[in-house]
Amino acid sequence: MSQHTPVEETGFGKKASGPVEWLDNRLGLASMAKKNIRKVFPDHWSFLLGEIALYSFIVLLLTGTFLTLWFQPSMAEVNYQGAYAPLRGVEMSQAFASTLDISFEVRGGLLIRQIHHWAAALFIAAMIAHMLRVFFTGAYRKPREINWLIGIGLMTLGLIEGFAGYSLPDDLLSGTGLRFVDGMIRSIPIVGSYVEFFLFGGEFPGDIIIPRLYMAHILLIPALLLGLIGAHMLLLVYHKHTQWPGPGRTEENVVGFPVLPVYAAKAGGFFFVVFGFTALMGAFFQINPIWSYGPYNPSEVTAGSQPDWYMGFVEGAIRIMPNWESTIFGWTFSWNIAIPGLGLMGLLFTALGAWPFVEKWITGDDRDHHLLQRPRNAPVRTAFGVAGMTCYAMFWIAGGNDIIATQFHLSINTITWFCRFAVFIAPVIAFIITKRICLGLQHKDKESLLHGYETGIIERSPDGGYVERHAPLPSNRQYALTTHDRLPVLEDPRTEDINGIPNPSSRKEKLLARARQFYFGDVVDKPTVNEVEEAHHHLGDHTGHEITAGGDEFQGVSEAGIPKTH
Amino acid sequence: MSESHDNEHDADMVPSEPISNPGLPEHLPRPTDVYPEAERRAERQVAGMFGLAGVLFFAFCVFYFVVDKDDVFLGWSALNVALGSTLGFGLLLIGLGAAQWAKKLMSDHEMVEMRHPVASPPEDRAATLAALNAGISESGFARRPLIRNTLLGSMGLLGLPAIVLLRDLGPLPHGQFETVWKKGMRVVTDVSGAPIKPGDIEVGQLINAEPAILFELDADGERVLHGTEALQAKAKAAVIVVRMRPEDITPSKRSANWGIDGILCYSKICTHVGCPISLWEQQTHHLLCPCHQSTFDLADNGKVIFGPAHRPLPQLPLALDSEGYLIAVSDFPDTVAPSFPEIARGPK
Ligand code: HEM
Ligand code: FES
Repeated sequence: MSQHTPVEETGFGKKASGPVEWLDNRLGLASMAKKNIRKVFPDHWSFLLGEIALYSFIVLLLTGTFLTLWFQPSMAEVNYQGAYAPLRGVEMSQAFASTLDISFEVRGGLLIRQIHHWAAALFIAAMIAHMLRVFFTGAYRKPREINWLIGIGLMTLGLIEGFAGYSLPDDLLSGTGLRFVDGMIRSIPIVGSYVEFFLFGGEFPGDIIIPRLYMAHILLIPALLLGLIGAHMLLLVYHKHTQWPGPGRTEENVVGFPVLPVYAAKAGGFFFVVFGFTALMGAFFQINPIWSYGPYNPSEVTAGSQPDWYMGFVEGAIRIMPNWESTIFGWTFSWNIAIPGLGLMGLLFTALGAWPFVEKWITGDDRDHHLLQRPRNAPVRTAFGVAGMTCYAMFWIAGGNDIIATQFHLSINTITWFCRFAVFIAPVIAFIITKRICLGLQHKDKESLLHGYETGIIERSPDGGYVERHAPLPSNRQYALTTHDRLPVLEDPRTEDINGIPNPSSRKEKLLARARQFYFGDVVDKPTVNEVEEAHHHLGDHTGHEITAGGDEFQGVSEAGIPKTH
Repeated sequence: MSESHDNEHDADMVPSEPISNPGLPEHLPRPTDVYPEAERRAERQVAGMFGLAGVLFFAFCVFYFVVDKDDVFLGWSALNVALGSTLGFGLLLIGLGAAQWAKKLMSDHEMVEMRHPVASPPEDRAATLAALNAGISESGFARRPLIRNTLLGSMGLLGLPAIVLLRDLGPLPHGQFETVWKKGMRVVTDVSGAPIKPGDIEVGQLINAEPAILFELDADGERVLHGTEALQAKAKAAVIVVRMRPEDITPSKRSANWGIDGILCYSKICTHVGCPISLWEQQTHHLLCPCHQSTFDLADNGKVIFGPAHRPLPQLPLALDSEGYLIAVSDFPDTVAPSFPEIARGPK
């Protein structure tokens, strides 16, 4: 900081001191601001995913507000006489007609509608990618579990918000989506009909569901989203961002750039990049051309009708579920809809919410964590994550079974049966393969740490053989490869105490011991001090002479092929 | 967990870590830190991007007024492309300019900030508990169960008005077992509302049809059913009429005389989650739902032969009126549309 002139002597200091004093006398914010204006944020591309979600939400607020100026959330019937000739004279709801007006009569309306829809797709995609980043790096560990739960709340609300918005224009495709939801609501055990009649204000489609969804879409859910996003950000600031381990980066510090100016410029600039990107999507790529679907009509449907991509997994589950329905004590239970529809989403979000606590129970790890883990160093977690993604992908593929059938000339029957098995088997295969890969990478890391990396220099030994010269990694690299936690010692559960009295909680302990064995069993531990010393000594011996004294000065050979720090 | 965890990151002190922390790498100056020309070039680049963005925003306004809504550019709406690309590229340039500014010209010295424990110091925690305790004991919440319990009870009952208030969200379920079909109502095509004679339908053909009431006009020339009412009626009453060779059909005892010379009428609404069905394979007599591919055999009483639907497609019994047009004998004997909890208790 020594290079800066004292603030009182700068032009800024002279101009700003008045307003700052005025404000601080009333708000007293200086004590808080002094820490936060130069707060440090670590930098990594994967930290941008959450930012994309945040910025696309802001784009949604801006464009959505514009749309509300013309959109009319009414199901009253009108005879369309607007600018789009092919639909003139057709009976439709005001919601549909006003969406046509936004698209064809309001200048720039089509652009804003398309930006809004693209931003919605990006919002959900970015949230999912962000969640995966947090999962695979273990960023949700103590003290950040609550922020993980808030994130799951945001994801749930985001999906509902997207569905509500998708339904608003009351076109043929969105009406088909609503019909689907109506069927799902009817499948709620025992009270299904009541929920249906209360939500739709009568029998499907009723005349009030669009105004109600509109209220949810522009007021209720955005307000909840805003509140949760606020809490998410506050906790982020309080905990300070996690960082990747590396030279000089520890559990006790944060290394990066200050909010003002670097982070503000980068993050602020990135908002404009996201906004610009969605605007270009809206300019060049059509999305949701409702005029070509036409207004909703419960007796019409287009073949190959698909929900927005993020609902695809539920769609797939609904398609491949066996057609079970049973009547018990006169109540009919539609398992064929309730299980894949309500059950699957409930299961997904419950599993996501429970994971940090389950993992904590297994590892018994109660320390704070501010350094991220490389996915390979938590092989079982990584394998679980990939298995979950695979399962999701299988459901998603099943959601397009008709498209696959026509594209690849397969029978729908075959694909359905394939998917029915695949949703169970593919995740297991993915788990096994992923774990293998992680362990392989861990071995490779240990290998290059102990035995150096291959320099690509081939030497001929006196007796005529050829060997490739190995050189130790630069010390920065070496350090980076050893920053993760050492494995815990796995103990056998106590079945009886020292006096031979059976341990009353031995079953629980056995279960825990098994879980720990499963979680840590094959994981490769980092080498000990002795192992490293010995190996490096050996490495020196083997090559006959030290190639390099300390890795840092080492410049002779390309570093290609050395694993990156992260 | 091993004991070494507590200060394992204190690389200097803990020998159990194989490689000690080498500390932050040395800062390397960028070309813009060293060469004034490079710095000036970067400055021009950033300002150029910001300036160009301004020009694009101005162009946006010009296009708004000069491009006509109906102009077409390479098959796209010219206005949409003009507005979207000026806005989009302008925004992008601001963003990239800011990033470039940060990367090339702002200080790139990494800063180190120390973390503070997330938890409050133990004294603060104890003080909080003490304050809570003082507050609660002064309120007498624990000592005066009468007050406590009546308060909790009334708060619980406050939930009732909140729920009761929602009662008028909608009527209680009713009418789920009926449709607008009734004895003698004509089956008409869904495009024109024209009545159908058996001779109009060839073997293998499928016609999308509706009950005649959807096209009926009242004395003022208005539709009898319109708007929501019409949609609600359609959502249950839409039908398809198919003609098969009578010898191919295997009717159940009940439905033996529900057809006319191989002409059968079925609900068009899928019993799964209610999509309208119309993909007809005339060779196999299968009707396929486009939504989740449930397949119904129309020659065999609408039986489900594939897919997630459970109940067979309900059939509408047909007859001919005095003029020889297709009419319904009654409403559907079975309940149409997706299942609901009370469906098995129905009047049928
Ligand atoms: C929070 C502020 C928001 C406001 C004020 C808003 C407003 C609106 C309005 C008025 C419409 C109907 C007009 C039309 O379809 O053209 C609409 C449609 C839509 N909204 Fe939003 N929205 C907001 C946020 C969101 C969010 C967070 C999402 C998604 C996650 C979203 C997804 C959609 C979708 C998919 C449509 C259908 C658009 C289309 O027809 O192409 N909206 N929104
Ligand atoms: S609605 Fe027909 S199969 Fe699902």
